[in-house]
Amino acid sequence: MNELVWIFISALLINNFVLAYFLGLCPFLGVSGRLETAFRLGLATIFVMLITALCAWFLNTYILIHAPYLRLISFIVVIASTVQFIEMVIKKTSPALFKALGIFLPLITTNCAILGLAIFATNKGYGFVEGMVYALGAGLGFTLALVLMAGLREEAELCDVPRLIRGTAMNLIIAGILSMAFMGFAGLFSAV
Amino acid sequence: MAKKKKEDVYQEFIKGLWRDNPVFVQVLGMCPMLAVTNSAVNALAMGGATFFVLVASSFLVSSLKSWIPKQVRISTYIIIIATFVTVTDFTLEALVPTIHKELGAFIPLIVANCMILGRQEAFASRNSVRLAVVDALGMASGFLFALFALGSVREILGEGALFGVPLFGPHFEPWVIMILPPGGFLTLGLLLLFFNWVKERKDRLAAQLAESEAS
Repeated sequence: MNELVWIFISALLINNFVLAYFLGLCPFLGVSGRLETAFRLGLATIFVMLITALCAWFLNTYILIHAPYLRLISFIVVIASTVQFIEMVIKKTSPALFKALGIFLPLITTNCAILGLAIFATNKGYGFVEGMVYALGAGLGFTLALVLMAGLREEAELCDVPRLIRGTAMNLIIAGILSMAFMGFAGLFSAV
Repeated sequence: MAKKKKEDVYQEFIKGLWRDNPVFVQVLGMCPMLAVTNSAVNALAMGGATFFVLVASSFLVSSLKSWIPKQVRISTYIIIIATFVTVTDFTLEALVPTIHKELGAFIPLIVANCMILGRQEAFASRNSVRLAVVDALGMASGFLFALFALGSVREILGEGALFGVPLFGPHFEPWVIMILPPGGFLTLGLLLLFFNWVKERKDRLAAQLAESEAS
């Protein structure tokens, strides 16, 4: 049980996917303009990450032991098609949920954080439960980083910033400071 | 006519290297680039791997373009890219195991580099094989250049060395933050700022020149 808590905390804060591993930077910089959209994208990502962890575990346990060199290709194909399939199912069964996640679902498939999650979980040799906890932590961590970033950017928009630095350059510097703040969480490990 | 063709090819190449540099201008493919650029060697290895994957998949996509059905083209591109990435992954593991270990999971993640898929969709799938390869060579060199710029800045400031050779003597206090994750964000942010500044200056000079000519 204790180990599961550590996997969760580590994925959520210490090894935050965005701020420590640089995964999922495209949506992190692209969709963090508004708090509301950032939060929704985060939720959709958590959802997709859980599905990915499930697929990765299934592939690893039942299929890829026979052909490990196909790992990358099968991961990306299975993840992309599963997400597409789920998108269709949601569209049919729950239009409200589809509207909330909507355009973000296909966007997420190309997010490197998703593939990164599957690869990291495999490299670390996580089983089913550990994999799901890891995915939940990573997804929440992604959402947290995204929401923090969106909040900061909304504030920064009201400030008088030189025109030269506006845009991506400023966002990256903000991200750097956020990442520095998150490094503080590394102390959690040595505390035990 | 022949001369014009040659210029076209040159333009396609230089476009990727400088004017439309995938990292500094288009801000694409950032996930692998920030994660592995904590030293110049790692940056070069990652750039080399991406170089091979991009050129090889551009070549294959543009030679197969008339056989790939429109509806499944993205999946086809991804499978082609993933195949080359797998080849690269195993090759690096066999040839340079130490570097492969440092880059770790980021070699497989080249698949998710949006720059590579973007080139297939935007260029290789609708141009001749020759132009597609030249475009890929330009874009890949631009990416390699950007990775190297970032990696060397971070290594020089973070460890006071370049390619492991100390530069500043024993009294240099390394800026450890530069080789840690925040350094990646800060360095890229400042480099982008520098590029903006150069561009702004050039535009202003051009505007001044036009004005003085008009009067």
